[in-house]
Amino acid sequence: MAGLGVGRAVLFVVPALALIAAFLVFPALWTLYLGVLKYDVTGSNAAAPEFVGLHNYTDALADPQFANSVLLTLAFVGLSAVIGQNGLGFLLAATLRRAAGWVRTLVNATVLLSWILPGTVVVFLWQALLDRNGGTLNALLGTPGAAWTLDHPLATIVVFNVWRGTAFSMLLYSAALDAVPTSHLETARLYGSGPLRTFRDVVLPHIRGHILTNTLLITLWTFNDFTPYMLTGGGPDHRSETLPVYVYRTSIEGGQLGFGSAISLIMLVINLVIALFYLRLLRRRGG
Amino acid sequence: MRRILGDAVVRHVLSRLLLYLFAGLVLVFFALPLLWLVLTPFARTPSFRIPAPSFTLHNFRILLDNPFALRSIGNSLILAGGTALLAVVFAGTAAYALSRVRLPGRDALLYAILLLSSIVTGTAAMVPIFLMLFQLHLIDNRLALILVLTGGLLPSAMFILKDFMDTVPKSYEESARVFGASPLQILRHVVAPVVRPGLATIAVWAVVQVWGNFLLPYILLQQQTKQPAAVIMYTFYDEGGQPNFALISTFSLLYSVPVVAAYLLVNRRYGFRFQGGIKG
Repeated sequence: MAGLGVGRAVLFVVPALALIAAFLVFPALWTLYLGVLKYDVTGSNAAAPEFVGLHNYTDALADPQFANSVLLTLAFVGLSAVIGQNGLGFLLAATLRRAAGWVRTLVNATVLLSWILPGTVVVFLWQALLDRNGGTLNALLGTPGAAWTLDHPLATIVVFNVWRGTAFSMLLYSAALDAVPTSHLETARLYGSGPLRTFRDVVLPHIRGHILTNTLLITLWTFNDFTPYMLTGGGPDHRSETLPVYVYRTSIEGGQLGFGSAISLIMLVINLVIALFYLRLLRRRGG
Repeated sequence: MRRILGDAVVRHVLSRLLLYLFAGLVLVFFALPLLWLVLTPFARTPSFRIPAPSFTLHNFRILLDNPFALRSIGNSLILAGGTALLAVVFAGTAAYALSRVRLPGRDALLYAILLLSSIVTGTAAMVPIFLMLFQLHLIDNRLALILVLTGGLLPSAMFILKDFMDTVPKSYEESARVFGASPLQILRHVVAPVVRPGLATIAVWAVVQVWGNFLLPYILLQQQTKQPAAVIMYTFYDEGGQPNFALISTFSLLYSVPVVAAYLLVNRRYGFRFQGGIKG
């Protein structure tokens, strides 16, 4: 026991566990309960929520807006995280190590800056970039008046999220590539293997675990990201309304708490599936 | 032979060229949105347009005269500092106890709460958390918001700190005990100094997480005087919906500096470390 009695140990653990119970466990369980109620912020169901069983879930599944936001979320996560951040992050990690020191430092610092600045600030920077009349992008491309957020809302949030999150993948892949033994790379070179073959036969087996970890983490983060709301408000006409934005608009803005909870629970289940997958991989790598 | 050598040289030059072309394009893509942040605060006529070179500090006068701007930075400091303090203290004591006492199912418990924290995110739990604080009449209560934020960070913090606690040699504590120190004293005066890098990492990480958090303060605080920097920026518009550029640009700069400084500090002192679930 190393001198710390079980009684004291429990006292040391209780504050942390109490907060976790109150703000993580309880909300998750309450979502389960709220999801079977017709419960609105205003009106007759505000005072006395009515039990409606699985009605909210069938309503959600029948709501074209819900199907729309599931598809949008899939596209958003797939394009911006799984392909965009992953691909660009790896390319940067793999190529910059061969560039001159000052180039590497400059590019690294700029990519990192886009990751560590506060969300509200970067959203405003992107509004300045994409603005219809004075925006930098239109000035550069010579397309005055082009309304990027209105005409291409999904592309806007995808490109934005690649810009915002690539740093993490770049850092993780840099660390992973540093761990590939140089002797193996030397051997491959001596045998005259080209860059693609070297990658497949030498590098890939070493970093496979990191690729999985990275992909799952950025998937989880992008799936739960609320920043698209700050950039496009989910519009125009629901065209960039990912699941978190949909939950916000139906439950907090629209006041349908029961219905919103049903959607939240669906999100929780998707998160659970992604996280379980991640933990399994972690444990397999650890053991 | 000469041709092969020539090919190799051409290939080498081409690959360098491609490399720097790629680096250049990436640099433009990532730097383009940032230019506005660096140039506009000092521009004579700030707008969405990236300004022609000009220099004035007048915009900072407007920032200082705004009744909400500096106060919101103070609010952010309260939220971030309070959360960091609670996260370090609670995660520290819990991680210490879990590291020293062999409770049955301890590792399973740690994994379970880590799993929980990655699935019960701010966006997935916004409805029950909003409703809970609404029914308890705790909307606009900063302490309640700090507790909510701490709850979300504790699992990862405990997980990371337990690794640090495991490395503290037990002999240190035993000799302290021989001299009659209580467990709390041992934790404060013997264990904490040894794991200080871990505690500092958690504190900085908590500050950065809370500093940028928009959603939770947005739904849980309604009084403008209490809102943190992340939320208050959305009020810097005039009646016609036009952004107050002088105010927004200077405020953005002021609000960004602390996270960049925190990052540089951590990076310099401890290097960048990868630990599960961290996003800075």
